[in-house]
Amino acid sequence: MRPTVVTDPVVDYPGARRPDRFRTVVSSGVHLSVVEWGDEGAPPVLLAHGGFDFAGTFDVFAPMIAAGGWRVVAWDHRGHGDSEHTALYSWDADVRDAVAVLDSVSRDPIPVIGHSKGGALMLQLAESCPFRIERLVNIDGMPSPRPHPDVASHERTTLMTSELSGWLDWNRSLGDASRKPGTLDDLATRRARMNPRLPREWLRYLVSVGAREDADGWRWKIDPMLRMGGFGPWRSAWSLERLSGLGMPMLGLLGMVPEQMGWGAAPEELEPYLPPGGRLVAFEGVGHFVHIERPAEVAELVLEFLS
Amino acid sequence: MSGAATASSGPGPVMLSHGRVELALHPLRPGPAGGSARPLLLLHGLGERSPRQVPEWMASWPGPVHALDFTGHGDSTVPAGGGYTAEILMSDADIAVGHLGQVTIVGRGLGAYVALLVAGGRPAAVRGAVLLDGPGLLGGGPTPTSPHVDTVERDPVVPPDPWALVELTRDPRPPDYATAFVRQAVQYSGLAEPITVCAVGRPPWLEAVVAEPGVRVARLTRLADALAPYAG
Repeated sequence: MRPTVVTDPVVDYPGARRPDRFRTVVSSGVHLSVVEWGDEGAPPVLLAHGGFDFAGTFDVFAPMIAAGGWRVVAWDHRGHGDSEHTALYSWDADVRDAVAVLDSVSRDPIPVIGHSKGGALMLQLAESCPFRIERLVNIDGMPSPRPHPDVASHERTTLMTSELSGWLDWNRSLGDASRKPGTLDDLATRRARMNPRLPREWLRYLVSVGAREDADGWRWKIDPMLRMGGFGPWRSAWSLERLSGLGMPMLGLLGMVPEQMGWGAAPEELEPYLPPGGRLVAFEGVGHFVHIERPAEVAELVLEFLS
Repeated sequence: MSGAATASSGPGPVMLSHGRVELALHPLRPGPAGGSARPLLLLHGLGERSPRQVPEWMASWPGPVHALDFTGHGDSTVPAGGGYTAEILMSDADIAVGHLGQVTIVGRGLGAYVALLVAGGRPAAVRGAVLLDGPGLLGGGPTPTSPHVDTVERDPVVPPDPWALVELTRDPRPPDYATAFVRQAVQYSGLAEPITVCAVGRPPWLEAVVAEPGVRVARLTRLADALAPYAG
């Protein structure tokens, strides 16, 4: 099932603007929703969202980058937003999907910006396909010794029997899974558990673009099969080594207020792994969603870095 | 029920839903009439499919024998776009366990690794796991290989899914990750030796498994003996 894109949301939010263009990219048979802001002839930049987010979470930030003279391209990860719900999900599949989106934009290296899981995906892409990435902005998606809450099957090496059986039980119960319906305000309230620092009106706006209204209420479009947490063999140390090997200019932004969806990387942990010329900017008093809490400041830093 | 009847005279597979995937569980042999002996579940190696008949060395098993086709293999769904992990195959195996109840598992290659995972994930239901050599035993080694972006030819799509072959030869299998599953199985199964290793090949994950308390090593030439302690 593929959700339908919202071009005219029922909730307004100051500065939020739906994309100028909507299209589809097929990545090894999987239909991905791709959106663009800004002049089609402007130089392109790729924007990667985090786990359990979707491209619409850039509706304030992306127009600011576009206004700086860029063609901003974002996509919904498989199972997220308006992209197809698939049978299988994995880290490598997400990286492949990112390449398919890049292929639809340019064969030349272009700048990429990624938040959270999207930032970590871009780090892997920068190592595996350095010829595709001209420079890299990572927004609070740098590896840390802590588990990454928005990345399934990733990073949990401490196995708890309840965690294992809970995950297996979940997979057994997926036969007729669907997201729980509710009013627009119910969904905003649920979202606040993941985004406790973000304004209520923003969360209502996110519902209006990231959910759809059925006869029995609103439902988030994200695949009901997707589940937070999980476990797997991955280690943060492996990603840290990835960071130090980057060959392109890199800007890392960190939100210093710890929160549930955050990755908890501290600047002093990351500094030994920064590539030559890499730069870290820590935002005091800001949480994991740096570009949503401080869109203008982040856009200014990013535009300066891209120019 | 879908899927063609198997070449032997037995019934076709039972199709079990796992999310958007239909898994084929092949009943290779029923148990004796009126018997209540525990089923044996076979897990094939990477790129393989379930055997059509009960392998000879398992003939002495007192209960019914079933074999599962993993996602992308045999008569199971080949989904679009890949995304395979050993963990999702553990969940495949658990769907079969949910259908069969308590089982003893025999796994080949990739299926041996998956048998270990599900023995740790469902220690009360898995009454012994026997790990054999076979395709996909190594995986990607103890740490990630150099990252690269794979492509495969997708058309026409026939099993085994080429994405499975690509992705499940690259998944990292750290030794201490594997041993965490051994410890789950030992602690919660109530069996003194819930894992038996017959595999001669010893990738790092399996070397570490063999060194754990509660893991028995059996000789490849005495496979029937390896199975016997779990038949009771």
